[in-house]
Amino acid sequence: MSTSAQDQHSFGSPASGMTRSYTSPRTLFGIVMTLLAGACLIIALIPLFLVLFYVLTQGASRLNLDLFTKLPPPPGLKGGGVGNAIIGTLMTVGIGTLISLPFGVLAAVYLSEFSKGKTARWIRFATNVLAGVPSIIAGIFAYGIIVVTMGGFSAVAGGVALAVLMLPTIVRTTDEALQIVPQDIRWASVGVGASNYQTVLRIVLPAAIPAIITGVTLAIARAAGETAPLIFTALNSPFWPRGIWKPTPSLSVLIYNFASVPFEAQKELAWAASFLLVVLILLTSILARWATRKSVY
Amino acid sequence: MATQAQNSPAGIQPRSKTEKTLDQAFVWLTRILALAVAGVLIYVAVVVGIRAMPAIAKYGLGFLFSSAWNPVNETYGALPMIYGTIVSAALALLFAIPLGVGTAVFLSENFLPLSVRTPLIFMVELLAAIPSVVYGLWGIFVLIPFLLPIGGWLHTNFGWLPIFNTPLRGPGMLPAAIILTIMILPIITAISRDSLGSLPPDLRQASLGLGATRWETLFRVLIPAAFSGIVGGIMLALGRAMGETMAVTMIIGNANNLNISLLAPANTIASLLANQFAEASGLQVAALMYAGLVLFLITLIVNVLAELIVRQVKKF
Repeated sequence: MSTSAQDQHSFGSPASGMTRSYTSPRTLFGIVMTLLAGACLIIALIPLFLVLFYVLTQGASRLNLDLFTKLPPPPGLKGGGVGNAIIGTLMTVGIGTLISLPFGVLAAVYLSEFSKGKTARWIRFATNVLAGVPSIIAGIFAYGIIVVTMGGFSAVAGGVALAVLMLPTIVRTTDEALQIVPQDIRWASVGVGASNYQTVLRIVLPAAIPAIITGVTLAIARAAGETAPLIFTALNSPFWPRGIWKPTPSLSVLIYNFASVPFEAQKELAWAASFLLVVLILLTSILARWATRKSVY
Repeated sequence: MATQAQNSPAGIQPRSKTEKTLDQAFVWLTRILALAVAGVLIYVAVVVGIRAMPAIAKYGLGFLFSSAWNPVNETYGALPMIYGTIVSAALALLFAIPLGVGTAVFLSENFLPLSVRTPLIFMVELLAAIPSVVYGLWGIFVLIPFLLPIGGWLHTNFGWLPIFNTPLRGPGMLPAAIILTIMILPIITAISRDSLGSLPPDLRQASLGLGATRWETLFRVLIPAAFSGIVGGIMLALGRAMGETMAVTMIIGNANNLNISLLAPANTIASLLANQFAEASGLQVAALMYAGLVLFLITLIVNVLAELIVRQVKKF
């Protein structure tokens, strides 16, 4: 019976075998790796806190009514605001939303309601690839189709570029929102004699609306912060916007231009504009999380 | 007796012709718009390709290997920008992969209670939502001043290495790579966390049941099983890093010449476009469109591969 005794010895007694030895290499390895992974998380969060800290402290000090109602000051002068850029951002983002919202929602309706199999797979694939297209490429696309043909920089060109960037987000979120709607209510609708468009427009879309609105809001917030596609489509302007076919200022392009200007007043406005954008995005992200918790069915 | 007649099968009115057409029209409308979403991708390529034609005809493939960018003589070559795009993205991946995967592991396993994990996950994702131009602003006023002494130290102590043979004077490749790291981290973290989280729990339990520790399970079972998903996430991040424009433009220095030193100013294709497009005319527009087409094709290939890899994973 010596072998079995030896076996037992090599495994240790039951009691000591089940306790973790804090000096065994396996445990030490685990502790070291846990610390390393925790350090990764902390390092990942440091820039977030630093960016938020600087934007909130630098931007908040410049927060007053003038910021929303005045034009940026000429170089060297103090005061002023970013009122024209706020309106310009609303204009370009508004045009982008007007184009991409009906387009994206109806395309998603086809994907989730009427398509089957292969076509839908390919379209979803293309949508995901479109989501990865660099924003500056959307800019040169809009430049190529609007700025060149219409003969000038305009809010419309900026809006088209933003629409290209918003489209995949809207299609994807709407598609997902529609798929969550239970199948039963479609059958119920068809069962009482509704046609396809009645089922979709009166039953399925209303049921998915909270999730769709959430997705669209996130897309709009993201578009409001986009800069690259605007710097050569909507360009910029130091004046109040004068129409959708004229060069149009925006908060993001203003930040870009004022970041490299050697005047203190302009730098302050750049931080203040960043503050507005970041607060907008923070609020929409938090609201979106809160809104998606509720569901209609 | 009208109600009774309606209730009987014979009383059901066939759908009117207009209603049928309307219904068909609606389905077709959505179908056309869905196809148009895919069409946008092709349309972008066609528009950029056509506008690039004059430059493609004049410079051909030599454009990719020449390093002169001189609008005055109308000589254009994109090599320094292609180099800058690839090096900045590669450096960013080098920093972001360990950080991102480490964060993902920490957030997907039970190291922390759920009530702590959920807000942390939200905060990491918030990193992705902050506009690029805000990172650029922060980079100019906070990151670069912070990096100057570090760059100086690297240059004095490791200046014999070609990659540190110039002093850091402000904007440059290294600050740009660090900003890119911060910007692609959430993508790697989110997708790695998803792929780790979607593994069947049996896998983890079986490994733990055999007596493996948590980290042995992670390294020998979970990470290998989620590997393709993690690689897909890294590819998506690579695509994003190569196309990222504003933050990089603001802190890379925009020098249109090739410099091997990471502390020297450099340029990327996206930054070149951001800097020159608004003031370009004639052949310069075509040359910029050509550079844009190159960027579009590179990111397209990376994104398609990423999409295929991620899709492969979802089959499980």
